This record gives sequence, C-alpha cells and structure tokens, in this order.
Amino acid sequence: MVASANTRLRLETSHLTAMFGQHRAVRDVSLLFPAHTVTAIIGPSGCGKSTLLRCLNRMHELTPGASVDGEVLLDNKNIYDPDVNPIGLRRRIGMVFQRPTPFPTMSIYDNVAAGLKVNGRRPRPELDDAVARALHQAALWEEVKDRLETSALDLSGGQQQRLCIARAVAPQPEILLRDEPTASLDPAGTQRIEELCHALKRLYTIVIVTHNMQQAARVSDYTAFMYLGSLIEVGRTDELFTKPKVEQTEAYITGRFG
Amino acid sequence: MTALVVILSFTAVLALVLILGNLIAKGASSIDWNFFTRSPVPAGQSGGGVANAIVGTAIVVGVAALIGVPIGVGAGMYLAEYGGGRLGYLVRFIADVLNGTPSIVVGIVAWTFIVKPTSHFSALAGSVALAILMIPMLARTTEEMVRLVPHSLREAALALGYPRWRTSLKIVARTAMSGIVTGCLVGIARVAGETAPLLFTALGNLNFTLNVNQPMQTLSLQIYVYATGPFDEWHRLAWASALVLMGLVLIISLTARWLTRQRYGRVR
Repeated sequence: MVASANTRLRLETSHLTAMFGQHRAVRDVSLLFPAHTVTAIIGPSGCGKSTLLRCLNRMHELTPGASVDGEVLLDNKNIYDPDVNPIGLRRRIGMVFQRPTPFPTMSIYDNVAAGLKVNGRRPRPELDDAVARALHQAALWEEVKDRLETSALDLSGGQQQRLCIARAVAPQPEILLRDEPTASLDPAGTQRIEELCHALKRLYTIVIVTHNMQQAARVSDYTAFMYLGSLIEVGRTDELFTKPKVEQTEAYITGRFG
Repeated sequence: MTALVVILSFTAVLALVLILGNLIAKGASSIDWNFFTRSPVPAGQSGGGVANAIVGTAIVVGVAALIGVPIGVGAGMYLAEYGGGRLGYLVRFIADVLNGTPSIVVGIVAWTFIVKPTSHFSALAGSVALAILMIPMLARTTEEMVRLVPHSLREAALALGYPRWRTSLKIVARTAMSGIVTGCLVGIARVAGETAPLLFTALGNLNFTLNVNQPMQTLSLQIYVYATGPFDEWHRLAWASALVLMGLVLIISLTARWLTRQRYGRVR
C-alpha cells in the first residue's frame, strides 16, 4: 500500500448533505481522501455514492432541484464558497463516467485535446505532446497512435472508456473521479481499467465509485461504505474487508444484503 | 393485415408516382435550353422561358432562409437547452400555433407590415412571409434533434470544465448538426413551393430582376399565372415549371438525406 502517515491532505468532505428537492441523497458525510491514493466508495444501488462523487466537482448542482449543504474542502478551501468558479474547479478535477462518452463529432485526437482547448489556445506541438502523454497514461497510445484523426466512435467500448480517461487526465487535473468506470465493459476491458488505477494514483488522487466489491478490494487503498445516504464505515481497504467494525458493513461485504 | 398495410403504403407512394409521372409526361417536352435561359415572351408568341422565375425563386427562398434559419435554429436551441420553464412552454406553444397558421394568413401579415407601409410589392416582403413560415418548423425540428443528443455528452463536457454555452455550441449543436441541417433543408424545400403568401407580397414579375425591393417572379407564382391563363402555350410552360419546381424540391430533399448519412455528426 502506498498510503503513508505523512500523506498530504488533498480532498475532504465535512458534514456534506446533498439533496434532490426534499430527498436527502447524501446525509452528513465527512470523509477524507488522502493524496495519491485510491479511495473506493461502495454500497448498494441508491446509497448516494454517485451523488457524493458528483458533489466533489460540483456536478450535482447541475441537476434541476439539486442542492448541497456542508463543505467540500480542496486544499482547505471550500469549493462551495461563492468566490469559487465551478467551471475552473472542474478543470482541476477530472471525471470519468459509467458509460464511455466520446464526443461523436470529434476525432480521437480532438477528444483528448478537448479539455485542453477549452482552457485557451495552445501551440500545436504542445497539444501533440499533451495528447500523446494522456493517451500513454490511459494505456491507449499503442492502439490508436496511427489513427488519431479517425472518429472516436470506431473504437471498442473498452477503448472508448480509456479514451475518456485520457480526455479526463489530459488537462492534468489534481483529482480523478470515476463513477463505476467499468460498469459497461467486458472482463478484459475491466482488467485494463483497473490496472490503470494503480498506475494513475502516482499522478492523481483517485476516487472511484463501484458496486463491485472485488473491484474495490483490488484497486483501492481506502474504502468507504455508504448505506441509505450515510457513511457507515471508512478504513484501509484490507482492514475494512477483513475486519469490518460495523455490523452493516460486514453484512454487505459478506453478501447478506445489497 | 400485412396485405392491407402494403396496399395502403402503395397508395401513398402511388400519389407521388402519379404526380411525378404526369409532370414528366406533360412538362418534360417543353424543357429546353431556352426554358432555363430566357424570360417570358408576350402572350401569343411561342418560345421564351422562365429564367426570371428560377432566379427569383432562388433569391426569394434564399433571403427567406437567411432570415429564418438563424432565428428558427436559435429558437430551437433555446427550447432544447434552456426551455424548461414558463417562457420555454410559451415559445413552444406559439411555435406550434404558428406552424398551423395557414400560409395565406402569413402572407397577409407580411403585406400589412411591409408592403403597405412601403406602398409597393417586393421580393423582400415575400421572403419575410416565407421566413415566418420557416421559423416554427425549424425551431421544432432543431429542438427535437438537439434533444436526441444524449445527456451524458453534456455532462462529459461540463465535467471537463466547459462553460454551459460552450457545451451547447461545441458539443451539443455539433453532434446534432446533421439533423439540424436536414431540418433546415426540409424547411426550405417546404416553403420553396409556397404560392399563397407570395401572391400579395412578391407579386410576380414578367421581367428578369435581381432587385429584392421590386416585385419578383417565382416558379410557384409563374405556375399560378400560366396555369390559370387562356393560352395553350402558357399551360405547356406551367407544366414544365411545375416539373422544374418539383425537381428543385426533390434535389433539396435528397441533399438532406445524403447529409444525414454522413459519418461525422451522426447522433448516437
């Protein structure tokens, strides 16, 4: 495990509550995401884990009727402070979704460069380097280097998902959020994405939402278990899965519900 | 049951076949080089063409598209991206009412607001009438096309730090582009055949003109004049004009079809 005692704090939620109208999807969650680690959020469907993730880059508030209470601290700065621009914030926090979402009108190259271009014009050689670096990080470079100008839709599902990872990491965010990134992939594709998780945590702080417990056990350093919107237990992944402290956690990881 | 459906479909297609067949049978023989290059000759003489009407149609419809496409597509984008509230509902309702308004009524509107104040008929007034007809059609088709773009694409762009307006333009509109262009072409093809709103706006003109401030001939007006006239020669030219107009509309529709088959810009 990479996590060590002197890991610098990067991201933290403090008494975070997320609402859809009157429904409290996330209830008073305080959770720390140490830098350069992978934190997995697990729990049954509807437990609020995706909503919690979407609060971390202020995507939650884009849903009509959604609201947030409490704080999300990024380097001790609350990202919900009025002087924080959510657009600038989202450029610091990359996100990968359940299903691959390549931009259908763009080539592979333009997809990866999309997040860079939105930050202002850059000279082509600089873009070329950034695109190549991002594709290397997403372990996709070897497969697409000869067809960067072809449509991103010609890639397989697993390749598209890695393309989305490349697109998310190209602007060099500090944090990478992944919402069930392997939910729509076959086992081979899943394995490649999981391997990437280990490689990428050297560069980014990763938060991954999954309802696949084996996946959480394989890829994460820390695991948080959520149920009905509340954080039930959080701890080092090896400890949480072998010696859970809370009855509900044990019931969930042993498959008695969820 | 299947047989019934097949018979009904054939009946629908039959109408098109009969129209096109009739037009070709009666009109094709009158189409020659002169037909496309010369203006009408005085009644009683033979020869002459409808060059003025063909160019006039292009101008009147072209100007109508210049006015109608930005407004219609803009309204459609608004409805799809921001039209959730009360104003969106209102705009959508008005567009639907306008869509069902008889075209001759739209012609009267253009006459009241443009022809009467300027006290002369003009191609521009005709274009405005056609634009008013196009706008609700384009707004609704654009809205439908933009709504087809998966929500996940918007989210992906926003998560990358795209501002909302840029997401709408760069990602959503581009993804829906082939559908929007098709909608525009279909709208243009529909108004290209309109006659009623042009009767008291563009009026018609037997001479060749490029001045949009003057009355201008269009194919539909030419057909109306020739078909209701007393001369066999005119009837002949009316059939030929109808064939050309039909061909024009067909070409626009086929272009629309071809565009939707383009690889880039397809909607998933």
